[in-house]
Amino acid sequence: MTNPGSLIVSTPSDREIVMTRGFDAPRTLVWEALTTPALLRRWLGGMPGWTMTKCEMDLRVGGAYRYEWRKDDGTVMGMGGLLREVVAPERMTATERFDEPWYPGEALVSQVLTEKGGRTTITMTLRYESKEARDMVVKSGATSGMEMGYARLDELLAAGRTPAVERR
Amino acid sequence: MQLKGYERLAPERLDAVFAALADPTRRAILSRLATGEASVSELAEPFEMSQPAISKHLKVLERAGLVSRGIDAQRRPRRLEPKPLAEATQWLERYREVWEANFRRLDSVLEDLKAREKERAHPKRQGHPR
Repeated sequence: MTNPGSLIVSTPSDREIVMTRGFDAPRTLVWEALTTPALLRRWLGGMPGWTMTKCEMDLRVGGAYRYEWRKDDGTVMGMGGLLREVVAPERMTATERFDEPWYPGEALVSQVLTEKGGRTTITMTLRYESKEARDMVVKSGATSGMEMGYARLDELLAAGRTPAVERR
Repeated sequence: MQLKGYERLAPERLDAVFAALADPTRRAILSRLATGEASVSELAEPFEMSQPAISKHLKVLERAGLVSRGIDAQRRPRRLEPKPLAEATQWLERYREVWEANFRRLDSVLEDLKAREKERAHPKRQGHPR
């Protein structure tokens, strides 16, 4: 059926997480799935045991979005933000803030869609707020260019494997 | 994005770990220490770096809790502390798990959208079971 790509997670800086994933569909459809609340509800479920209970998005620059999830034990989690950039079907940038923050401040999340041969790659960058992060944005492009890929870290861990690091 | 419900790791600690890992020499030092403890001079050797330069990197690694000093007072061997590394990996691992699940569901949403597009392009097929 589908031939999805594998998810690559990397941390190009100490304030960013970048996720890349290929999808077996043209960009217009991926964009639709990323920006239509009825469709978002179907896939943005998060962790097992959680259901998305609210999904609203005012798809325009300056527009707000709001997501809520409910866990089977009744716990509710909410988050939302403002859309900073909406360029269909190419890119979307939004702020992200959780009702009960599990990281300090706000994150800036950008999703860039590139299509090649009918397949689409989503590159999602989550940039976390901090003085360093702001400085980095201001200087834009002054990042180290260093890629500490997830696999790399895994390798390192495997090399140093002791009972304390055994993960499975 | 939706990671709440998981234990919270100290963000400062995680920052220090990622910052420490964001340097190839420091990663190489960790790889070396993963094979066993080593003194500063033993660490400096393969890197063609001065001992003070290595010491500087070691300080960053120590501050992040990734490296500790052994008991031998003479050699002061450094050794790898695997726990913060495991924490950092675990943190990424969770991101990964959540998003892998999300993206697998997105795959099937996209399959439905593709089927709809096909249906739009060739709209006869009455009585199709969906």
